[in-house]
Amino acid sequence: MTAERVLMKGNEALAEAAIRAGCKCYFGYPITPQTEIAAFMAKNMPKRGGTFLQAESEIAAINMVLGAASAGVRVMTSSSSPGISLKSEGISYIAASDLPCVIINVQRGGPGLGGIQPAQSDYWQAVKSGGHGDFHILVFAPNSVQEMADMVVKAFEKADQYRIPAMILSDGMLGQMMEPVVFPEISDKMPEKPWATNGHGNKRKHNIINTLFLQPDELEASVNARSKKYETIVENEQDAEFYLTDDADIVVTGYGAASRICREAVDEARKNGIKAGLLRPKVLWPFPVKDYQKIVPTAKSILCVELSTGQMIDDVKLAVNCSVPVEFYGRTGGNLPSAEEIIKKLAEINDSLS
Amino acid sequence: MKKIYIITGHYGCGKTNLSVNLAVRYSEQGLKTAVADMDIVNPYFRTADFSSLFREKNISFYSTLYANTNLDIPALNFDIEAIIMNHECIILDIGGDDAGAVVVGRYFDTLKRYMSSTEMIYVINRYRETGDDAEEAVRLMREIEQSARISHTGIVNNSNLGRLTAPEDIISSVGFAEKVSELSGIPVLYHTADRNLKCRQLDGLAEYIDIYVKTSFA
Repeated sequence: MTAERVLMKGNEALAEAAIRAGCKCYFGYPITPQTEIAAFMAKNMPKRGGTFLQAESEIAAINMVLGAASAGVRVMTSSSSPGISLKSEGISYIAASDLPCVIINVQRGGPGLGGIQPAQSDYWQAVKSGGHGDFHILVFAPNSVQEMADMVVKAFEKADQYRIPAMILSDGMLGQMMEPVVFPEISDKMPEKPWATNGHGNKRKHNIINTLFLQPDELEASVNARSKKYETIVENEQDAEFYLTDDADIVVTGYGAASRICREAVDEARKNGIKAGLLRPKVLWPFPVKDYQKIVPTAKSILCVELSTGQMIDDVKLAVNCSVPVEFYGRTGGNLPSAEEIIKKLAEINDSLS
Repeated sequence: MKKIYIITGHYGCGKTNLSVNLAVRYSEQGLKTAVADMDIVNPYFRTADFSSLFREKNISFYSTLYANTNLDIPALNFDIEAIIMNHECIILDIGGDDAGAVVVGRYFDTLKRYMSSTEMIYVINRYRETGDDAEEAVRLMREIEQSARISHTGIVNNSNLGRLTAPEDIISSVGFAEKVSELSGIPVLYHTADRNLKCRQLDGLAEYIDIYVKTSFA
């Protein structure tokens, strides 16, 4: 009997939850700070009826994901920033094939090889430029070890539901830190996948999964159909958390590890008489525009905090139609902002409001 | 009398936090104390994070050249013999699992000369993901010993759930620690508890420790 609450690293919790969610194949290549995912999979997949394979490269791994997803199994790969760049061609092919899969990015500092400490500088890559062509992927943003587990389960479900790649955009801090986690009960009933290119004993016409279209009109029809699907996702899958925003003059906004520090800063700022709140996107694509619209009537200012020089801030400005001024505070290089730094910024903004 | 503590265990069981506690305790007792961060496995949350505390407490600190930089190169660049010779209490904070314990094996030729002064402590936490599977804990203990080329002399039960630990969590981990001890034949030295949890139920049962290793946010 395993204890109900378990103390785990974010990377381990995510890997365990993926197996519980029915992930049968994991393909990856080691890179800090996400290597625990691969190590956990290597140890546990063979014991639990799955396949772990360390590919010769990230590019090989993502193409193995394409193959397994085509066959209809739940499949996952994980990497960190430079490795995700290598995977981007494959992600485009998977999106173009309308295949479900889960991709984990435990972000580290960039660009280039950058560093191994936490960062959030792959936001644009995740939500806007995961590869070439007209496509989107679902992007989830956990901010605790518990959510690393919960969101990977959701990512598998939503990926299957919409036949779309889903990404968990995490960071080195969430991957490495330890917190207690409780694993949810997960149904072992997998959705039917009548489109899969698996064996069927001549019971139907064979399925084809393909991304090349010889006629422009055929490609356009395929792109348009996918675009319709994206409209449904944008309508249904926005998600954000509100904390003390009802009467907030300044709404702090940030995702992932940054949001944890923001929440602490909001609590401290309140003690100092600054009416601050927190709006935390839990899904980054589709961006929770509807949730940002809710704060427009009351917020006098928005402070966007990221472990980057400012990427999500563009979407925040668009979400509020620039009707509320949006300020920024960020750290890079693997450094985390302290709550004090954010409180200082909040105090400056608060002074400018009066 | 020289004392060498080699701290081993599963990833995330609390080796580093225990190492820092031991170093502070022995240094405060007046022993000339050294800590060596010999973790070649994990680049996050390590003793190198506490160099300013060590300076303040007059503890010599040694770490790999690349600790807390952006290079995770598994290189050790200090002379363990000199560290042992120059100090009365030496704490070697080892990386997780058998992979981390390889460094102990690498220094076996030096360490074997100090065997009578050496304690190799296996740190356990039943709330980690291997759960309260005592057999699994003993299996890992043996794997570490194979890599380290040294046998454990004691177990420290460091069971905790991070910031959410309650006294009951520690009390209910005692049976697990005793099971690991029974299966391995290695004695439990003590059970740890965060000093902030001090209460009647834990008095006499637990050794109170300070929590140094934590995230910068709640």
